[in-house]
Amino acid sequence: MAGAAPYSDERAREIIAAHMGLEGPALPILHALQAEFGCVPESAVKEMAGALNISRAEMHGVVTFYHDFHSAPQGRHHLKICRAESCQSMGAEKQANEFLARHKLDWGQTTPDGSLTVEPVYCLGLCAHSPSALYDGEPIGLVDAETLDSLVEEAKGK
Amino acid sequence: MTKIYIPLDMAAVAMGADRLAAAVAEEAARRGQQVEIVRNGSRGMLWLEPLIEVETPAGRVGYGPAKTKDVASLFDAGFLAGGAHPLNIGVVDEHPWMKRQNRFTFVRCGIIDPLSVPEYEAHNGFKGLKRAFEIGSAAVVEEVAKSGLRGRGGAGFPTGIKWKTVADCAPGQKYVVVNADEGDSGTFADRMIMEGDPLALIEGMTICGYAIGGSKGYVYLRSEYPVVAKVFQAAIEKAREAGWLGKNIKGSGFDFDVELRIGAGAYVCGEETSLLESLEGKRGIVRAKPPLPAHVGLFGKPTVVNNVLSMATIPMIMEKGAQHYADLGIGRSRGTMPLQIAGNVKYGGLFEIDFGIPLGEVINDIAGGTRTGRPVKAAQVGGPLGAYVPQSLFHLPFGYEEFAATDSLIGHGGIVVFDDAIDMSWMARFGMEFCAIESCGKCTPCRIGSTRGVETIDKIRNGQDVDKNIELLKDLCHTMKFGSLCALGGFAPYPVESALRHFPEDFRKSALEAAE
Repeated sequence: MAGAAPYSDERAREIIAAHMGLEGPALPILHALQAEFGCVPESAVKEMAGALNISRAEMHGVVTFYHDFHSAPQGRHHLKICRAESCQSMGAEKQANEFLARHKLDWGQTTPDGSLTVEPVYCLGLCAHSPSALYDGEPIGLVDAETLDSLVEEAKGK
Repeated sequence: MTKIYIPLDMAAVAMGADRLAAAVAEEAARRGQQVEIVRNGSRGMLWLEPLIEVETPAGRVGYGPAKTKDVASLFDAGFLAGGAHPLNIGVVDEHPWMKRQNRFTFVRCGIIDPLSVPEYEAHNGFKGLKRAFEIGSAAVVEEVAKSGLRGRGGAGFPTGIKWKTVADCAPGQKYVVVNADEGDSGTFADRMIMEGDPLALIEGMTICGYAIGGSKGYVYLRSEYPVVAKVFQAAIEKAREAGWLGKNIKGSGFDFDVELRIGAGAYVCGEETSLLESLEGKRGIVRAKPPLPAHVGLFGKPTVVNNVLSMATIPMIMEKGAQHYADLGIGRSRGTMPLQIAGNVKYGGLFEIDFGIPLGEVINDIAGGTRTGRPVKAAQVGGPLGAYVPQSLFHLPFGYEEFAATDSLIGHGGIVVFDDAIDMSWMARFGMEFCAIESCGKCTPCRIGSTRGVETIDKIRNGQDVDKNIELLKDLCHTMKFGSLCALGGFAPYPVESALRHFPEDFRKSALEAAE
């Protein structure tokens, strides 16, 4: 994401400590770490394992289970394109495949300049406006090829 | 001062509602017009979003779908007084789509400012909780049981029995958990109620906590819903400030609080035991049942896990009485179902009506048929794990048992319509692929079965030993259905089997092509 801070163990420890009062704090901590650093690096996993008093392997298992968490930084911007059934009923699969081909990308990949990561998403709850997408948290209904292409351009600029 | 409503609902925002609200404010200021813009929930007529509503003496007049480019002409047409304009749809309450409904759970959604406690109270909010405090916790459990409310998350388990099981557990820490991991394609009712009437969910949870003797509630929300997270968190804070959450709620001596937790993109966490594991900070892997979450739930304590809609319906049931609700519906499907009409339809949206309405009436009449104008081929009802229902079954009345009798399910009430351009063997393959991607991996039928399912369907689609592989696929579906630990593996065969059963020709196309 845009504006991610460089990783430091000290800052990670602060973030972890701020959540230790919660019951079952792992997911809130992981979200906070990723919001801060743009990803959850291996060193942060080690810090978490120590704070939560579980093995590193176990902590690694948790982080890797969830689609949202990444061990390395992603593109500065994120585009999630829905490929669930409702969007498919309006031709989303073909549209997405053509888009990926046009930009020489595959699902989960980032453009070579590091500006945009494209991921699949399985339903955004915008099913009456299929096909839909989410760009940096902003929902877009009735998305078409032109809109998708313009987002690639927009991401490049920032 | 004219009151204008512009939804904050994610679907409205996806169609430009935020930009529209800014443009209306700017244009009003430029013209020196006094307006108050309320960001409400959606009325559910999603094809009209963003829908501007203007409060007039005649009622709330709607204009939609409104774009920023329409703003100047709306002002020119005197829309602040309900003036004529091509986008004018008349008084929204009088619109045929609204008038045909029986809004119960969604009675306030789109009407009130979702973040105003006084408005919520003015529209009968917290009456249910007050009545709960009056009649006492045992009577509340009985009332919920008598209403006939069944879990709206899909499984349809009687809510009253679940609550009673937890209430009957020895006193001590108990939890209320709301499943807001609405991951099914074609469903958005949870999202809409949490954006449009979040206090109803908070009130429902509080009533539940009071009934079972629990003081803490968690809402587990999927991360794909950023607008919900913002609105619902704000609603929690508003409720707390007004004394409807926290210590000694309104002098009742009852303490209850709600915490919002965000998931991390795992579909399986919509399964209740995976959800609990995830809340505890673990991998979202299903637990074997028994023990039921009602006995051993979150952090090992007795826990009610309810879907958003079930919980948000509770305040109305408490306010109107169990009998009022039980009198609606058909057979053992009591009350109303907020249908979510989606996919390839002209008029998509949220339509709440008593159980029993035929599926075909919803699709052909209410939804107006397909958006592409081509004939309807099938509707997938109940999410990605729901069956594909062909035209020949469109007479089916909406009800749990009625759908189950044809090996279909109503799930969460989502209806995704497809036109005749769809290839059902592809959709069957997609169903298996989705299961393979999202499987938590704990049980073999789901973990391996889904991957083998994709391979087998690929062979069929390539025309390779079609008859033999269809038999193999059916056998595999049977194993997944009866051998999987949870509904992900257990229900993944529904779309596949229904596609095979109702649209066999789609699985033989490539074989025919290959033979030619």
